[in-house]
Amino acid sequence: MSRYFTQDHEWIDVDGQVGTVGITDYAQGQLGDIVFVEVPDEGRQLAKGDDAAVVESVKAASDVYAPVGGTVLEGNPALADQPDLVNTDPEGEGWFFKVTLADDGELEGLMDEDAYKAFVAKL
Amino acid sequence: MSETVVTPPDSALDTTELPPETLTLPLDAWHRAKGGRMVEFAGYWMPVQYEGIMAEHLWVRTSAGLFDVSHMGQLMVSGEGATAALEALMPGDFAALKDGRIRYSLLLDENGGILDDLMVTRLGRQEFYVVVNGATKWDDIGHMREHLADDIVLNHLDEQALLALQGPKAVDALARVVGGVEALGFMQGGSFDWQGVTLGISRSGYTGEDGFEISVPGTHAVALADALTAQEEVKPIGLGARDSLRLEAGLPLYGHDLDPDTTPVMADLGFALSKRRREEGGFPGHARIMAERDGAATAKRVGLIVDGRQPVREGATVVDADGNDIGKVTSGGFAPSVGAPIAMAYVPPVLAEAGTKITLVQRGKQHTATVTPMPFVPHRYVRQGASK
Repeated sequence: MSRYFTQDHEWIDVDGQVGTVGITDYAQGQLGDIVFVEVPDEGRQLAKGDDAAVVESVKAASDVYAPVGGTVLEGNPALADQPDLVNTDPEGEGWFFKVTLADDGELEGLMDEDAYKAFVAKL
Repeated sequence: MSETVVTPPDSALDTTELPPETLTLPLDAWHRAKGGRMVEFAGYWMPVQYEGIMAEHLWVRTSAGLFDVSHMGQLMVSGEGATAALEALMPGDFAALKDGRIRYSLLLDENGGILDDLMVTRLGRQEFYVVVNGATKWDDIGHMREHLADDIVLNHLDEQALLALQGPKAVDALARVVGGVEALGFMQGGSFDWQGVTLGISRSGYTGEDGFEISVPGTHAVALADALTAQEEVKPIGLGARDSLRLEAGLPLYGHDLDPDTTPVMADLGFALSKRRREEGGFPGHARIMAERDGAATAKRVGLIVDGRQPVREGATVVDADGNDIGKVTSGGFAPSVGAPIAMAYVPPVLAEAGTKITLVQRGKQHTATVTPMPFVPHRYVRQGASK
């Protein structure tokens, strides 16, 4: 399994053809207390870069983009009652949705963990 | 991920009228050393949060929080005729205001539109201390100078910092640092000596909790902030929690819930129109405001509790059954002490009754909400100070 990162602070774990998507620890720290998450419905077709989810903190609403295209397998049902999982475990239990990848080639151009760390260090 | 909607934590800012560079206030380095996340606000660098808005909000509701509001304008209006001069600009009964007493009032334009909301304290027979919003202070000064007679003196106390200590334990913490403040009642102020400097302290605030606002020379602001945060009840609190606290308290925010298109009646601030002034008039927009009191208002500010968990924020629209825009949300967010999203909106008066169900649209999505009396969280003002 490999983890990739976007410049918009999403992460995606890829296991075979299935990707699990969330937002990074850096992103949750910038947003602050998360009070609501809207995840995509099962079966939704996403193109790379589409608005896939909405995350709302006390102070702002933000869009979460699809790091790759594909078909949504499921949204994380736990976030409906516990949106703060995004604060407490953003890169684990606070995942947003799972997607079946349409094209592995779209992973090219995403960052690995070291590259993302270097990217965040410059912000 | 990208931010699509950002709700500024305090008064509106009109970037076209800002000075080109962001200014710093006396506590700038102090906030940074305390871990404050600094944002540009009303032309100044201000702390939006320290440990997090939710935790800071709840801390103020249960203990005491220190806010730096030095961006606000502190003005002194004095001279023979000052009382009448202020009454010509605002609807408050300043003639009846006793020494050391404070009144919330509104600076009105000629049509009764709200130019600012502010606090007026009588210091002496012809001397008033006025605190105005940071983002509007330059316009307020211009408006007042234009309309006040030449022999009325208007001073901008721009070397004073302003701190607010708010919460149920604020009185205990502050009384340990500045003895005697516990004798003040809500909306009462006075001068206190602290380490050789004079502090202007009032029992007032913007959170719905008991608390104080403290005018201190900028040169002594750091020492005072240190002395206050040395008290175990006190933590520094940012503008983010200031906004969520005032929203729960039902207190409007200038530039969002109030602007020149709103009047005291539309904004449901009728308490700021004293009986004598309503009867005698002599303030801007009197005729229109009286007509609106008699039912001519086209919109009214109401509180809303939003169904579900998603916040509905400033900019969302109120729609009728056919989807037509009939109003707007002017403030909104998740209310930490209520545990639900709440909002303020302007709606047609026929929909302003508590319990009315209304429909909101935000980013193409419909939400339902219920008109709810404000405040959302009961005020806990201490109207009578401790007896000496």
